[in-house]
Amino acid sequence: MTRDLLTGNAAAAWAARLAAVDYIPAYPITPATEIVETLADWVRRGEIQSRLVTMDSEHSMLAAAGAAAATGARVFTASSSQGLLYAIEMLYAVAGWRVPLVLVNVARAVAAPITLEPDHNDILAARDSGFLQIHTASCQEVLDSILIGYRLAEHPDVLLPVLVNLDGFYLSFSREPVDIPDANEVREFLPTYEPVHARFSASHAMAQGVAVLGASAYAFFKYQMQRAAEMAETVHETIATEFCRRFGRCYGSVEGYRLDDADLVIVMSNSFSTIGKAEVRRLRERGHRVGLLRLRIVRPFPHKELVWLLGGRRAVAVIDQNLSVGKGGILFAEIASAFQGRPAPPMLSFVGGLGGRRFRPGEFDQIAAAMARAAHEGGSSVPRLLYSAVEYRQVSEMLRIAHHDVPASVV
Amino acid sequence: MQTHREIFRSIKDIPREEFLAGGTGLCGGCGGLLGLRLFSKALGPNTVFVNAAGCMTLLAVFPFSPFRGSWLYTAMACAPAGAQGVRDALDVLIEKGRLPPSDDVSVVVVTGDGAAHGIGLQSTLAAVHRGLDFFYFCYDNEAFGNTGFQMSPSSPLGSRTATTPPGSTAPAGTTTRKQDLFELWRAQSPPFVATVSPAYPLDLMDKVARAKRRAGPKLFLSFATCPPGWGVEPADAVTVAKLAVETGVWPLKEAVDGAVTHTVVPHRFRPVEDYLVVQTRYRHLFEPVRQEELLRQLQEVVDRYWASAHNNNG
Repeated sequence: MTRDLLTGNAAAAWAARLAAVDYIPAYPITPATEIVETLADWVRRGEIQSRLVTMDSEHSMLAAAGAAAATGARVFTASSSQGLLYAIEMLYAVAGWRVPLVLVNVARAVAAPITLEPDHNDILAARDSGFLQIHTASCQEVLDSILIGYRLAEHPDVLLPVLVNLDGFYLSFSREPVDIPDANEVREFLPTYEPVHARFSASHAMAQGVAVLGASAYAFFKYQMQRAAEMAETVHETIATEFCRRFGRCYGSVEGYRLDDADLVIVMSNSFSTIGKAEVRRLRERGHRVGLLRLRIVRPFPHKELVWLLGGRRAVAVIDQNLSVGKGGILFAEIASAFQGRPAPPMLSFVGGLGGRRFRPGEFDQIAAAMARAAHEGGSSVPRLLYSAVEYRQVSEMLRIAHHDVPASVV
Repeated sequence: MQTHREIFRSIKDIPREEFLAGGTGLCGGCGGLLGLRLFSKALGPNTVFVNAAGCMTLLAVFPFSPFRGSWLYTAMACAPAGAQGVRDALDVLIEKGRLPPSDDVSVVVVTGDGAAHGIGLQSTLAAVHRGLDFFYFCYDNEAFGNTGFQMSPSSPLGSRTATTPPGSTAPAGTTTRKQDLFELWRAQSPPFVATVSPAYPLDLMDKVARAKRRAGPKLFLSFATCPPGWGVEPADAVTVAKLAVETGVWPLKEAVDGAVTHTVVPHRFRPVEDYLVVQTRYRHLFEPVRQEELLRQLQEVVDRYWASAHNNNG
């Protein structure tokens, strides 16, 4: 093992290197580019035995990735934002082929307006595709989750591709100390991929992705995918336990922070939850019994664990860094639905962090206060947008400088 | 005039063995299927067909496949990218000793003209640019076939499609000229580009034999009579395909390393009208009134093509 200062992108590249991937189809997009650039450099120097091919789009990239996995290779690739959306048709196809691969998404908000900064509408747009989703909160977790992701995707009871998400800029370009495991130790944890079902060769002809006529066959395949995704929850637990034993770092579907005695729980995902943890510490110092729950695995959705950990709390606030226009926060809706038929704590929905927006001082105080009120008055599924007078003033100032009319109020 | 045939000189040279089984769900008289069947006979059984959405997608319907080799349906826009993934994976696995070289297979994209000229053109030209070692079989029935025959960039001037019906503002039906996929490919200097026709099986199969010896992107642009779309009887499919060649509408040619050779040239060209008049998709050119100017133009396009071909000794 060595310890190095790595960006989230470099940690992702290191994971692909340690997984000894055979094939890397690539298409550049900020802020994910550094991942394949790093791998391209290693390939050109002969430091890794992988083939890297520069493709013509993310759509083609995923087609090549899935087809190579269907031929029996271990495949890695990365994308972000618009690129992930462009590839979505192929995400559904690759998951339907039931072939294992790991795709890293470096989260970035989607147009319009176009931006480089992160939120989670890109990754959550892929949530129904059949890819399993791991959302990471540190550079170390990026590396570890990719290794775990290969084991999960290649497990015979799962055979679904895995998306590992890290936040653009906040993780992609932040350097953190990262333990890089020894290649031989990784080899023991993650041996060479031996395809059991999907491989094209002269002696093993097969048909993949074929048409079905009639809904019964279609439903049959979709049911199998649903079962496999459900299985993935226990399989992940087993793999993560083994990873914990070998490498000393332990991961679950969710991560609890000061949950044990918490009356009020804030639910977050991804790297912004580290901001949330700092705020929990601050609120605790002021006497609030607050805890944080980070959703790490979004697919399969950990219904049972969430109900177990959130049930009986005095109030819950879900902070979504995404917006389903006309509805609100996506994760809020998912978490609330997990309580279907069971007594649920009062829940509040906050939408914040869109387009990389940082949380402002005092906002977590307001969230804690709203939760304390909700504990008495009940929750509400109406989303509260973390869009404040500060944003209004800043946008007004931009418009004034550009000699545009400043709107009197927000619509 | 015919070029020297190397392997398939007579009908007797065509193997009796079938790599594409009969009894598929495709239309009777499908020129695309006949072309693909001959193509796979020449190529052999060790193949992966990578398919883009089109009529041929209905060849493999769960739980049946008519192919001796493998089949992968990708999506409409990206079959060449799928072929890239398969080819690269085979290469890597063989290099690393995880697949014996004897297990290698030929990678073939199968697509219709709609995907080839339209939504799939980007991924196609990109695969050619990367020099991917693959066969590209495009059955050209000059429209989006299995969705009810709508216009594609391959639909010829003057033809009726479901989205270019002749009307008072557009009596010609399709008002644009057919996009030239042969030349779009050739502009990138791939090792082998050919047009073929199911009515000329020896020419088709001999081209496959020649192409097999070359690494890199290899185009087979296969004329594909479409009985329901064109309004011809299934039994006449081959006759109509033959007429396309005899009138000069569908030149049979190949470009090896860029140099074009016409492989079948009729001694005397029949008038284009002989080909048009047997199809209901061109009926509006003849009734209720003959569209003389348009018919003249259609003949002129063919004449000009062959005049320039002869000048270039093609």
